[in-house]
Amino acid sequence: MKVSELVEKLDLKVYSGQKGLDREITGGYVSDLLSDVMGNAQEGQLWITLQVHQNVIAIASLKDMAAVILVNNLEPQENTISHSNDENVPVLGTSLPTFEIAGKLFQILNS
Amino acid sequence: MKLTFTIQGGDFTHAGHPSSEVKKILKQLAIDGKTIKNIVIALYEAEVNVVAHAWKGTVNVEIDENKITIWVIDEGPGIPDVELAMQPGFSTASSKVREMGFGAGMGLPNIKKNTDKLQIETEVGKGTKVKMVNYFS
Ligand SMILES: Nc1ncnc2c1ncn2[C@@H]1O[C@H](COP(=O)(O)OP(=O)(O)OP(=O)(O)O)[C@@H](O)[C@H]1O
Ligand SMILES: [Mg+2]
Repeated sequence: MKVSELVEKLDLKVYSGQKGLDREITGGYVSDLLSDVMGNAQEGQLWITLQVHQNVIAIASLKDMAAVILVNNLEPQENTISHSNDENVPVLGTSLPTFEIAGKLFQILNS
Repeated sequence: MKLTFTIQGGDFTHAGHPSSEVKKILKQLAIDGKTIKNIVIALYEAEVNVVAHAWKGTVNVEIDENKITIWVIDEGPGIPDVELAMQPGFSTASSKVREMGFGAGMGLPNIKKNTDKLQIETEVGKGTKVKMVNYFS
């Protein structure tokens, strides 16, 4: 499934990185610990987190992740947005807490 | 091929730049994807350790036909007990660094797991040298 399709299905906000919306999603990873994501996330995964600073983009890009979803209506910092546009990594947002958005994503990707 | 980058302690905005440049070059050299992933993880963690724990540092990269050697050398507080620092979960990161999601104590274990050779030389009060080697398969 493409990031853009998921945006529609889950009614996600697109903050930035629009050029990456046609990336293909292979799965998801949930973590707010950056070294955990660095060590364990896989290429093509969607990263669900509450971290809003630009190191999130550096990591998502280095790991070739599909996109980042910020939970609980959290908004990305300004340099997160610019970095995301440079790297074409979409930063998405939801009002839902982590548990709920992860549950929905899991269901969609496994149906 | 040789490359050099500098790192400023405390400057999280540029963390990941050397890793990103090295990744691009290895891709151009058509190194296999798994090996690139390992190198990127290890280099990123070593870089961030300088930003999070030291004052300033340098990354030296040497790419040969069959391997990449990376030295991350910093001026900083050094590591009093390397064996302890290598343990998963051990961290002395400040609360500011932890709030950002760093400081899980996973960086050095990640480096160990993703390199073929790892050597750490450190002197308390002076700094730390991390040498990492990955062979191209
Ligand atoms: N370059 C360095 N200079 C001084 N101390 C260091 C350096 N690298 C690591 N350390 C020490 O070793 C500890 C463990 O490092 P490690 O990278 O495993 O975890 P961390 O950096 O604390 O957290 P994480 O990497 O998960 O964000 C650090 O908390 C710090 O005390
Ligand atoms: Mg670390």
